[in-house]
Amino acid sequence: MKILGLKCKFLGVAAASLLALPAVAQNTVRIGGLATLDGPFVVLGQEAFRGMELAFEEANYTAGGKKLEWIKESSDGKPDVALAKARKLIGQDKVDILIGPMSGGEGLAIKEYAKSVPGKTFVNGFSAAQEATLVAPSPNFFRFSADGAQWQAGLGNYVYDTKGYRKVAVVSGDYSFGYTQVLGFMTEFCAKGGKVPEKIWVPNGTKDFSSAIARIPDKIDAVYVMLGGADAVNFLTQYDQSGSKAPLIAGSNLVDQTVLSSKGPFRNRLVGIPSAHMVADGIADPKYQAFIAKYKKRFPDGLTAPSAPFYAYYIATQAVIEALNKVNGDLSDDGAKFRAALAKVKLDTAAGTVSLDENRQAVANIYVTEVAQRADGALYNKVVKVVPAVNQTLGQPRDAFVARGVPSRDNPSCP
Amino acid sequence: MKLLLLATLNGVTLAALYFIVASGFTIIFGMMRVVNMAHGSLYLLGAYLGYDVASLSGNWFLALLGGAAGAAVTGGLMHRLFLDRYQGQDLRQALVTIGLSIIGADLLLARYGGLSYQFEVPPFLYGSIPLPIVGGYPSFRLALICFAVVVYVMLWLLVQRTRFGIMIRAGVDDRIMLGALGVNVPLVSTLVFALGSCLVGLAGVIGASALSIAPGEDARYLLSSLVVVIVGGMGSLPGAVIGALLIGLAEQIGLAYFPTYSIMVSFMIMVIVLAVRPYGLLGRPA
Repeated sequence: MKILGLKCKFLGVAAASLLALPAVAQNTVRIGGLATLDGPFVVLGQEAFRGMELAFEEANYTAGGKKLEWIKESSDGKPDVALAKARKLIGQDKVDILIGPMSGGEGLAIKEYAKSVPGKTFVNGFSAAQEATLVAPSPNFFRFSADGAQWQAGLGNYVYDTKGYRKVAVVSGDYSFGYTQVLGFMTEFCAKGGKVPEKIWVPNGTKDFSSAIARIPDKIDAVYVMLGGADAVNFLTQYDQSGSKAPLIAGSNLVDQTVLSSKGPFRNRLVGIPSAHMVADGIADPKYQAFIAKYKKRFPDGLTAPSAPFYAYYIATQAVIEALNKVNGDLSDDGAKFRAALAKVKLDTAAGTVSLDENRQAVANIYVTEVAQRADGALYNKVVKVVPAVNQTLGQPRDAFVARGVPSRDNPSCP
Repeated sequence: MKLLLLATLNGVTLAALYFIVASGFTIIFGMMRVVNMAHGSLYLLGAYLGYDVASLSGNWFLALLGGAAGAAVTGGLMHRLFLDRYQGQDLRQALVTIGLSIIGADLLLARYGGLSYQFEVPPFLYGSIPLPIVGGYPSFRLALICFAVVVYVMLWLLVQRTRFGIMIRAGVDDRIMLGALGVNVPLVSTLVFALGSCLVGLAGVIGASALSIAPGEDARYLLSSLVVVIVGGMGSLPGAVIGALLIGLAEQIGLAYFPTYSIMVSFMIMVIVLAVRPYGLLGRPA
C-alpha cells in the first residue's frame, strides 16, 4: 500500500506540474541566448552574454507586463553545434524567441532552421554572413546589426582617397565571413579603380602564417588582412618579424578589442592601421562615451571597452524587449503580431539609428577608424569617418548587387 | 625559388617547435605506455605560468624555467595522484588524462580569460636576421632550431649516458624485472612523467613566444604531438624528429603552394605511414 501511495503521490505531482506549465508560460516569455563559450570565440561569447545581461537588467527582466526568462546555451562556433543547441532551446526549453548565434556559418544554419519553425522568432546575435538575410531570407529571422560586408563600408574609399593606396594584396581566413568582408572592402576599392593582384586564403586553424606572409607580392602599396583573435595576434607578430614594410589595412576583427587588449610586442605594429566596423570605441558622441562608461561600471572585469558582439547582442535584446512592450507581451498567435512589431522597431542606439529593410536586415551607421594610442597606453579605434545609414547592398541597386552572386574566393575580383 | 626556400625554412622551424612539444609526449609513452591526453593542457599551463613569471620578473629566461618547473610539478603530481594507481590499464589512464585536460582547460580559462598572450622576447631574439636569397628571416624562428637541437642532445645524453637513462630504457623493456632488481619503479615513472611535462612546459613558453597562447592551443598541440609521434613511431626520439620534420614541412609548403588542401596533407602523410608501417616510421611493437 505504501508503495502504491508513493506512486500515487508521484503521479499527482507529475500531473500538477504538467498542468502548471502552461499557466507559468502565460506570465513569462522565455528567451534563449546562443553564443560561444567554447572554442575559439570564447571572449566574444562572454561579451555577447554581457550584452544580453545588461539589456535585460535595464528592462528589469520584464517586457509588455511579462516576466522575461533567459536561458543560455553555448556553441563552439561550429554550425552543427549551434544548430543542435538551437533545437534544444526551441524543443526542450520551449523558448519563444532565440537571440544568437555568434559566427557566420552558424547564422546560415540557424536561418535555414528558422524556416522549419515558423512560430518562433529568431533574432541574430553577431553572425554577419551576408547570405543570412540577402538571399532567400526566412520571414522569422531578424538581424539588427550590419553584415560583414556592410562593416567595411567606407574603408575602400578611405584607403584609396586618403592613404593613396592603388595596389593591395589580401590575406584572409578561408571561410564565409572572410569572403564577406573582402567583398565589402573590394566593392568600393575596385569601383574606385584600385587593384587586388593577389588574394591569399588561409585555411581555418592555421596558427603559423609565415608561409602565407612569404606569398605576399613585393610591389604592393598595402596588405588587407582579415583575421581575428589569436590568429590576428600571430599574424601581426610574424608580419612584424618578417621585416615586411607594406602598411596594413584591417578587416573588422584584426583590430577589435580582443586583439587591442591582448598583451605582447605585436602591439607596436597596430597603431595607424585603418579599418571599419559597426561600432568603434573612439566614437566621440557623448551618448557612445556614456555607453562605454555604463559597460565599464557594470562589467569591471570585462574588456577595456565594449566590443562589437556586446553591442550586437545588446541591441538585439533591446529590440526584442521594445517589440514585446508594443504588443504587451502577447505571443498567443504564434508571435505573428510580435514579429510585425519587431520588423518596425527603430532603435536609437549609442552608435546611431538602426532600422530594418524589407529582408529584416539592419540599415546602420558604419565607422571608418584608425588605431590610436591613449595616454595610458591603451589602444583604441579612433573614428576618421562616419558612413551614415549603410544598407545591405552598399548603396547599389538590390537586383544588380544580388546578381553578382554571393561572396566567394573569386567574387569579387579585380587583379 | 625564394618562396620555396622560405617555405622550407618555415617548415623546419615549425618542425623544431613541434619536436619540442612532442618529445615529452613520446618519452612518457615510451617509458610508461601512457597516452597522455592532458599533454596539451600542460603546454597551456607552462605557457601561462611562464607568462606570470615573465610579467613579474621581466626576464624571459626565468619565464622558461618557471613554465618548465610549473608543468613538471603538475605533471608529477598528476602521475602520483591519478595515474599511478591505474598502472598497466592504458584505456583508463587515457580517459583520466582526457578528464584532467577538460578540467584543466576550464580552470585556465577562468584564471587567464580568453585573450591571447604573447611573450616579450629578449631584444637579440626579436626582429630579423639577413640571409642570402630570402632577405630577412625572423631570428626567433631560427632560435627555435637551436632550442630543438639542445633539447634533443640533452635528452639523448640523459637516456644513453646516465644511470637514470639506463633505468628508463630498462623500464621500457621489462618493468617487472626492473622492479625485481631493486629499482623504485613508481618513483622512476613519476620522474619520467615530470620530465615529459617539463619539456612540454618549456615548449609552451617557446611556442607562446614564437606564436601566441590562447584557449584552444592545448587541443591543437595535443593533435600535432599525436600526429608527429604516430608518424615517427610512438616512444622513439629520432622518430619524433622525423615526424616533426615531415609534418612541419608538409604544413608550410602546403600553405605556400596549395593552401586549401594544406591541412589534408599532414593527415594524408599519417594515413600513408600507418598503412605501410603501422607502428610509425621508427616505432616497434609494444
